[in-house]
Amino acid sequence: MAGTASARPAPARDLAAARRREERRTRALLLAPAMAILIFAASGPLLIVLAYSFLTPGDYGGVVWEFSLKAWFNVFAERDFFTGEIELADAHLSIFWRSIKLSAMTTALCLLIGFPTAYFIATRPRKTRDFWMLLVIIPFWTNLLIRTFAIMELIRNEGTVNSFLIWTGLIDTPIQMMFTEFALLVGMAYVYLPLMILPVYAALERFDFRLVEAGYDLYAGRWQVLRRIVLPLAKPGVVAGSILVFVPCLGAYVTPRVLGGGKNMMLGNFIELQFGQGRNWPLGAALALTLLVIVMAALIVYVRAVGREEGGRHG
Amino acid sequence: MARRRGFDVTRLPGFATIAILCFVLLYAPIVLLVIFSFNESVSVSEWQGLSLRWYRSALENEQVQAATVRSVVIASAASLIATAAAVGAALATTRTRPWRGQTLAFALVNQPLMVPEVVTAVALLFFFSMIKVATGYTGLWYLIVAHAAFCIPFAYLPVRARLQGMDLTLEQAAADLYATPWQVFRRVTLPQLWPGILAGAMLAFVISLDDVVITEFVKSAGQDTLPTYMLGQLRRAVTPEINAISTALLVVSVVLVMAFFFLSRPRT
Amino acid sequence: MIEIDRVTKVFGAGAEAFRALDAVNVTIRQNEFFTLLGPSGCGKTTLLRVMAGFVDPTEGAVTLEGDDLLRLAPYERPVNTVFQSYALFPHMTVAENIGFGLEMQGRPRDEVRRTVGEMLELVRMSELADRRTSEISGGQQQRVALARALAPRPRVLLLDEPLSALDFKLRKDMQLELKRLQSETGITFIFVTHDQEEALTMSDRIAVMNEGAIRQIGSPRDIYDHPAERFVADFIGDTNFLEAELLSKEEARAEVRLASGAAVTARAAEGGAEAGAVTLAIRPEHADLAPEGEGLLPGRLSDVVYFGTDTHFHVDLDAGGRFVVRRQNTPDRAEARAPGERVAVRFGARVGQVLRD
Repeated sequence: MAGTASARPAPARDLAAARRREERRTRALLLAPAMAILIFAASGPLLIVLAYSFLTPGDYGGVVWEFSLKAWFNVFAERDFFTGEIELADAHLSIFWRSIKLSAMTTALCLLIGFPTAYFIATRPRKTRDFWMLLVIIPFWTNLLIRTFAIMELIRNEGTVNSFLIWTGLIDTPIQMMFTEFALLVGMAYVYLPLMILPVYAALERFDFRLVEAGYDLYAGRWQVLRRIVLPLAKPGVVAGSILVFVPCLGAYVTPRVLGGGKNMMLGNFIELQFGQGRNWPLGAALALTLLVIVMAALIVYVRAVGREEGGRHG
Repeated sequence: MARRRGFDVTRLPGFATIAILCFVLLYAPIVLLVIFSFNESVSVSEWQGLSLRWYRSALENEQVQAATVRSVVIASAASLIATAAAVGAALATTRTRPWRGQTLAFALVNQPLMVPEVVTAVALLFFFSMIKVATGYTGLWYLIVAHAAFCIPFAYLPVRARLQGMDLTLEQAAADLYATPWQVFRRVTLPQLWPGILAGAMLAFVISLDDVVITEFVKSAGQDTLPTYMLGQLRRAVTPEINAISTALLVVSVVLVMAFFFLSRPRT
Repeated sequence: MIEIDRVTKVFGAGAEAFRALDAVNVTIRQNEFFTLLGPSGCGKTTLLRVMAGFVDPTEGAVTLEGDDLLRLAPYERPVNTVFQSYALFPHMTVAENIGFGLEMQGRPRDEVRRTVGEMLELVRMSELADRRTSEISGGQQQRVALARALAPRPRVLLLDEPLSALDFKLRKDMQLELKRLQSETGITFIFVTHDQEEALTMSDRIAVMNEGAIRQIGSPRDIYDHPAERFVADFIGDTNFLEAELLSKEEARAEVRLASGAAVTARAAEGGAEAGAVTLAIRPEHADLAPEGEGLLPGRLSDVVYFGTDTHFHVDLDAGGRFVVRRQNTPDRAEARAPGERVAVRFGARVGQVLRD
């Protein structure tokens, strides 16, 4: 506390200042363990990733402490080995493209199934809603690997679906579903579906269904009521659900690894590859940061969208 | 329930069908997986009669035993550390006046929810391999600390929710009745906070137990947890042993999640 | 004796700063039932919380028997509070709630038990000692909150609108109960309320507050019969305000001329104008109707409203404005007056009060 202008400050002020100081000390003590762990094992290491992305790859993994922009250059472009011409890194771009495409498709599929489901739950009698929500929450909290594995059991060549179809005589040879983009789509939609239902339900649960009655009263048909009344009011939930599905899809690692195989890699697996056979740590770091930037951009778009939504309602 | 027969305003055609289908789709794969864990056959898809053969096989598998112990040790230690840290952080962000840096602290706590796991995993791989080289230590603590970090937001959110829902005048009343700040916490705040703490700890435990990505990147040789062991096995020929392990893990998760659900529900 | 010396509390800063308390001065005597009365937002609860220690004043001093209270944390002050919401600990029984303060003070176990027993008896709750606080009624919770705050024998008991959650009949009972407890325990009670009737019934002295400042302090009779300001007169009870001209003033005795030209003797509040235009306040029940030509203010009866216990006569004064006269009803007195009649309003010497503002 620096000396104040007045020669003798009122005692009340000193006391209040002392109490605030003590409060600050308590707060710092309470906060310290969590902050220490998070900085040590979550936020801080991200800076190392940033540093590594500007270094030179070592021969057997790791890095050589020499500044290089090559990793960032290689994220999007490559120099032809023979001609030395710079061209777009098609292999990388196709992985980016697949990640974004599949994430968007998964989000759409989740919305298509999740919205009616959330609506269904929100229109159940109050007492049974908790039960339906529990049914959504349980798969959400069970192991993602196990759920992916369950889908694998279903769609692989000797899996339940193919066995059943062969047994009915509809097909003779199994349909190849594993290691296709279809498998990724089904698997990710299955795994992330609860993330769509939860926020949409939260929005619809607060929804005043007398508004629907008013809609019908004013000659709207069922689809008009859905399109003109229910959907606009459920929009924040839909936006939240879409982001919640889209973001983890982009960074998905387990599901593509199990269901997609080597041919249908997504960003997460491609990043990992840089630490395995590929052995290019700086490129892995640059790719990871690129993924982070895309995810952060999506989150910012989301915050903006929701913020505008709420601001518009008040203003 | 007196329902109008003629026109239910909340009904939209096809929605109920999709919803029921959705629940069937959500559960069918899991149910099939559980059923086949009791299959006598070596093949996962061919039913040859009821048997506990694969549970026995999993129990006797030394790798599974070791991975299970490791999973439980890591999840217990990480959820304990994360919960203790989260309670402190939750108190600091709800029980003191707004302060500069509050947003930053909040962002830091929630960072593991926002940053893709692969990115954090890569970062930890870099950082911990530096430490491993520097110190030579390659024990389980790397995994425990990494798990504790991403468990913090899961422990933090239910505790904070509980603290925010709590009547502040109760704490003032205790202070008014000669309880020191520590006594206020011990005698008034903590007893009411317990359900939130327990809920947070259980979520943290489940999250740690289920983690694949960060463990896969951070673990040293021979430090498989159950999920990373299973991931490794999936590359080879799959036997119903995996189903048996999955079913056991599922039961643990479902029990903990249901307990969490009932603990965190507002009392009526 | 509690001395509150120029206590100021400013919430927030800059353009959003809000002055909840503005240099409040008041001295509360030992064993007094003292009430802070005012509309919501007047600062009465903030002042109470300053005494309890939950709000640090921006400026000023608070002493109890000469000891600086502000230096002490809430848990070090020999002051207990009965909260508006009662704030009973939901995870403890009635007896555990009452014993909490004593336990925190580190009193021996058998003393705690004995005192809790006495307190339960004092508030007539002995049978419910082992109940959870959620299992008892609102009135019973109120008694437990009182017993809990009284158990450590504080030197001062602060009560923050403790009766506002009770229904009408229970509130009446609790008013008497509080009065009894105060005289039995001999503890200084500082009571916060926005209910004027509650304040008038229970208090030894009342401080009327508005916009962060104390407007008047006095006994209930003083405050009601001789409001010093328009705000006080208006906030407590019904009042007729008359424009008048101050002719002379000597101590509390004032001669005024009414708009009708009649001169009358009134009481004057401390301070205020020495001459010129003033406002005169007269309670409706302190005035009466007179036949035309006899009273101070002639007019025409515009309304007669029957209220059961009394009847209100609305008079449109010839000099402008309206005057309400309230008269107690008795079965043997049938009211013969009807709207439209010519009447006059009269009131005695020293009934009117010349306001400060």
